[in-house]
Amino acid sequence: MKKLTFKGGIHPYEGKELSSDKAIRKLEPGDELVFLMSQHIGAPAKPLVKKGDHVLRGQKIADAGGFVSAPIYSSVSGDVKAIEKRKNATGGMVDAIIVTNDKAYEEVEYTPADYTSLSRDEILGRIREAGIVGMGGAGFPTSVKLAPKNPDKIDYILVNGSECEPYITSDYRCMMEMTDRIVEGLQIILRLFKPTTKGVICVEDNKPAAIEKMTKAVLGKENVSVAVVRTKYPEGAERCLISAVTGRKVNSKMLPADAGVVVDNIDTVLAIDDAVTKGIPLMHRIFTVSGDAVENPGNFDVCVGMNYSEVVDAAGGFKNVPEKIISGGPMMGFALMDLNVPVTKTSGAITAFSHDTVSRLMPSACINCGRCLHGCPAHLMPTRLAAFAEHGDAESFEKFNGLECVNCGSCSWSCPAKRPLAAEINTMRQNVLAAKRRKKK
Amino acid sequence: MNEKLQVSVSPHVRDSITTQKIMACVILALMPAACFGVVNFGPYALLILLLSVASAVASEYLYEKAMKKPVTVDDLSAVVTGLLIGMNMPAHINWWIPVLGSVFAIIVVKQLYGGLGQNFMNPALGARCFLLIAFSSEMTTYACDTGLAKGVSALSVPGSVDIDALSGATPLAYLKQGITLSPAALFTGTTLGVIGETSALCLLIGGIFLLVLKIIDWRIPAAYLGTFAILVLLTAAIRGYASPFLFMIDELCAGGIMLGSFFMATDYVTSPITEKGRVVYGIFLGVMTWLFRMIGSGAEGVSYAIILGNVLTPLIENFTTPRAFGIVKEKKSKREAGA
Repeated sequence: MKKLTFKGGIHPYEGKELSSDKAIRKLEPGDELVFLMSQHIGAPAKPLVKKGDHVLRGQKIADAGGFVSAPIYSSVSGDVKAIEKRKNATGGMVDAIIVTNDKAYEEVEYTPADYTSLSRDEILGRIREAGIVGMGGAGFPTSVKLAPKNPDKIDYILVNGSECEPYITSDYRCMMEMTDRIVEGLQIILRLFKPTTKGVICVEDNKPAAIEKMTKAVLGKENVSVAVVRTKYPEGAERCLISAVTGRKVNSKMLPADAGVVVDNIDTVLAIDDAVTKGIPLMHRIFTVSGDAVENPGNFDVCVGMNYSEVVDAAGGFKNVPEKIISGGPMMGFALMDLNVPVTKTSGAITAFSHDTVSRLMPSACINCGRCLHGCPAHLMPTRLAAFAEHGDAESFEKFNGLECVNCGSCSWSCPAKRPLAAEINTMRQNVLAAKRRKKK
Repeated sequence: MNEKLQVSVSPHVRDSITTQKIMACVILALMPAACFGVVNFGPYALLILLLSVASAVASEYLYEKAMKKPVTVDDLSAVVTGLLIGMNMPAHINWWIPVLGSVFAIIVVKQLYGGLGQNFMNPALGARCFLLIAFSSEMTTYACDTGLAKGVSALSVPGSVDIDALSGATPLAYLKQGITLSPAALFTGTTLGVIGETSALCLLIGGIFLLVLKIIDWRIPAAYLGTFAILVLLTAAIRGYASPFLFMIDELCAGGIMLGSFFMATDYVTSPITEKGRVVYGIFLGVMTWLFRMIGSGAEGVSYAIILGNVLTPLIENFTTPRAFGIVKEKKSKREAGA
């Protein structure tokens, strides 16, 4: 099979062996669950319950706050303890519904359906009602993504199983353990588009077992195939993956749908399968806990609303006092100040390191070596953009396409002078975008 | 939670490469040629190399101390500059000339422009050109009374037998007259020249080492040597030399082109950062070296060609800026919109 890839990218230490062989283990939620109202891009959800209400597992506790938004469901049965502000993984305080778990797990009744008899709008409705958002991290409401302006122009549905972020193995475990459901989820998505739309499951070549299983599962299935992409970070970045698999190029001003492509994460596809065939809303996700500071790295099936520390405890806790705990993987994750944050629909991993070299690095002068240019998947000149950022030169920053940065961190990773290029470029990018929004108003 | 916890922006892992490691690799890659120089020219060459390195490092240290700037000698870039200056000296030069060269390279060419990364010209080459102008006779007198190089003028040129001569001409001077030399001696390096340039073999070993480790980009030496070789071959053929191909091999092995193409033209700071730019720069160096060596009146041209390339680098970078991913050229899209 031809290995597909894009120009640019880097090869960081993968660290997948720590958890890739650990089967997904379902975790029992603790006494208290915290459901954040902002677990997605767009308007926060609006609470439907009040303090003291009894809720069931699978009950909608908050409704979508707008078109680009998603409802939220309780993953346990119990009483609403409070509705108050709680800290999220990036340190912000957001509204949350706190539910005490009565451990009875009384469930609402779901309405299963045969997806082949559902209409396009019925499928989209079930996805929207289930509160499904992009579970790869961005959290864009999936029903909005799957209903582009011109659905007939969509030629490809890509299922992103490349999992290029180091240490994370949750998608790999899903592909190994829930192979057929991924294919079914993809077939459901394909029903939303024209009959010639192709569904492609994309897997990096460092996961040969998953490639084999997926390839077997798609045998004889119409319009569904497996694409092997080269192991390289950030192969799974949406624009890189689209370019590698379809050869189409998407820039920051376009949506993938403008190029005729929709990309969905493995976990999202599984959630779609649950929602459409069984009527079960999004209440859980697959989560990797890894890193050298973790006693027993592994993959877990966790309920939305559980505390990060409960998940770490399930992995045996820390064997060393960690110097850095990351929500997500080491390339794009957020460093945590505190483990006391709830699992959301978009949080997929915790990585903990005993030693953190990065925060002690002293940046030195740029020697113009070009490693950052070589690694940049957006084909930018990171060292120059970082210099514009340092000088506050927004005009040059834009002229040299600084807004096309995908913040993958490849430039910072490659820099021999240890300059924080990605951080400088991203800060400038946010400032320029904010200034543009102000201008529009 | 725990007090050790560090919070910083992503990415939380970095490649193990550092500026210091890069410089150490360059030093290591220069070692075969430097050692060969010492064997070829005798122990005084070793003294010249050590003095050049020591004075370069000392200049950097003292300047940074005096200017109350952070001392950066541990990045080893001054060692590389000093070593290159030493390797660019005739073996029997007065000891204070390379010392002066190192001081000039570090203080005038590098530090006055802002230190590592800010100089627009390769410091070692800047110093070499300064010394060539200031001490032209000392810088172009090549002794041949010690080491393997003893009596080499007889070795390189059939028919000439002045074995007792204390100084001789470099292979390039013979090539200038259209005389084809034995490539074997030129390739191994038992000829005259500056300390570090004579052995094409040792320089190639070092160059390949840097290419394999991806410390240097293959585009620069490939474009440089390729362009130069083609132009020399054509010139030799047009001029009707007996064996143009052999003459081309001689030109590639003689003089500073091997040292220049692998170790000096590839200096990160003074060469283009873009991939396309590196090709353009390499071709430019090849053309200029050919002009200096084959068309101009002198026999040598590598130093001046690279310095000119250094000066053009910002311009080359400007017109070879890579097109951002997914961005269509504006002109083209306008035309499409019009059509």
